[in-house]
Amino acid sequence: MSAIQEPFSEGTSLMHRLDPRVRLVAAALFAVLTAAVQTYAAALAALALALVCLALARLPMRKVLARLLVVNSFIIFLWLVLPFTYPGDVVWRWGPLAVTREGLLITGLITVKSNAIIIGLIALAATMPVTTLGQALQRLRLPEKLCHLLLFTYRYLYVIEQEYRRLVQAMKIRGFRPGTNLHTYRTYANLAAMLLVRSYDRADRVYQAMLCRGFHGTFYSLGTLSWQRRDGLFGVAAGLALLMLGYVEWGLPRPR
Amino acid sequence: MHISEGVLSPAVLAGGAALAVVGTAIGLKKMDNAAIPRVALLSAAFFVASLIHVPVGPVGLHLVLNGLMGLLVGWPAVPAILIALLLQALLFQFGGLTVLGVNTVVMAAPAVICFWLFRPLLRRPGAPAAVGAFACGAVAILLSGLLVAAALLTTGQAFLQVARLVVLAHIPVMLVEGVITLFIFFFLQKVRPEMLEGIYA
Repeated sequence: MSAIQEPFSEGTSLMHRLDPRVRLVAAALFAVLTAAVQTYAAALAALALALVCLALARLPMRKVLARLLVVNSFIIFLWLVLPFTYPGDVVWRWGPLAVTREGLLITGLITVKSNAIIIGLIALAATMPVTTLGQALQRLRLPEKLCHLLLFTYRYLYVIEQEYRRLVQAMKIRGFRPGTNLHTYRTYANLAAMLLVRSYDRADRVYQAMLCRGFHGTFYSLGTLSWQRRDGLFGVAAGLALLMLGYVEWGLPRPR
Repeated sequence: MHISEGVLSPAVLAGGAALAVVGTAIGLKKMDNAAIPRVALLSAAFFVASLIHVPVGPVGLHLVLNGLMGLLVGWPAVPAILIALLLQALLFQFGGLTVLGVNTVVMAAPAVICFWLFRPLLRRPGAPAAVGAFACGAVAILLSGLLVAAALLTTGQAFLQVARLVVLAHIPVMLVEGVITLFIFFFLQKVRPEMLEGIYA
């Protein structure tokens, strides 16, 4: 089984059927706004919005939770360090270790914000296949070359991963057992180098094939994006929700 | 190491994004049509190579190879790394959208810097090239670690200890990356020297 998977991209929920452009714009604005908020009220509101989107996407919860657990590794690292090192009032002391109130508050805020953005991204952006994403980005006027790079990289990711699996299998059959030694490092280096060589050779063949088909810098796609009324409605709703989020952060008088 | 969403201050995020846009624009400009599949496939290969976990004592470190990426493609490493990080954010939810700019700078700036820094050394055959290849791998990781620390510190002085730990954690990775980059350089020199043409151009 491939290590690279897109468990969320396929589906028939409302979220999956919305136009990818409106979802991408909403996801980007939501992420930027949430990253900027500094209060718990706004961070929790953002988390609530993200959860609404997640509910609309009807994704397998078990897989979403598994993802979140892995992604929170940096956050766990922060929990292990920040509460002890952040200057402020000490609330708990154990030997040389002192936990500060400010440290706990800031780490908690970071955790809420981080997970709100990730859940938002899973619900809004990870629910489309990468090919659709490339097409949508092109329609959103991103540089053409960048979109080509995205589509090509994605297209050959799986091919090269299969090459990688074959090479690893060959190494195992020949009795390779990794350890902390130079032989292991040299072997892994050769493995990585072989992947690079094969991808380089394949790129030449791909480009020749493209030239044969008359490539001159543009991709033509048969799949078309069609803007429907529900996309407009979602856009308006998302805009209002984001305005409210901004109001919670910057409009309300702050308790001091 | 990727910085997660929601950690850095808006100013740092915006600064990172601005730098990433400039770097990407330069990289795209230096990339003609023939280079698109080449850069994309190398980018995919680097993505897959990052699945390789190299044992160092009891832990497994995954390969980064951003120094090597810079060495092979130069400036186009910036858009290539941007795309790889975007795919990682979408497929694995590692990193993220708002930190995409900062993370791109963290990985790609060392790639481009090492390319220019060690090119003269890599051109000379024998021992200097070997030293250059090792340094390219090791220094790229060191710079990445320092950039992560800088991003955290400009967000707030309270991150001092976190930043320190991040830099410390990069030291073993540095050595491993240096050794692996050296071996890969030798392999490519022997097997497909034309892949290293960028160094001599």
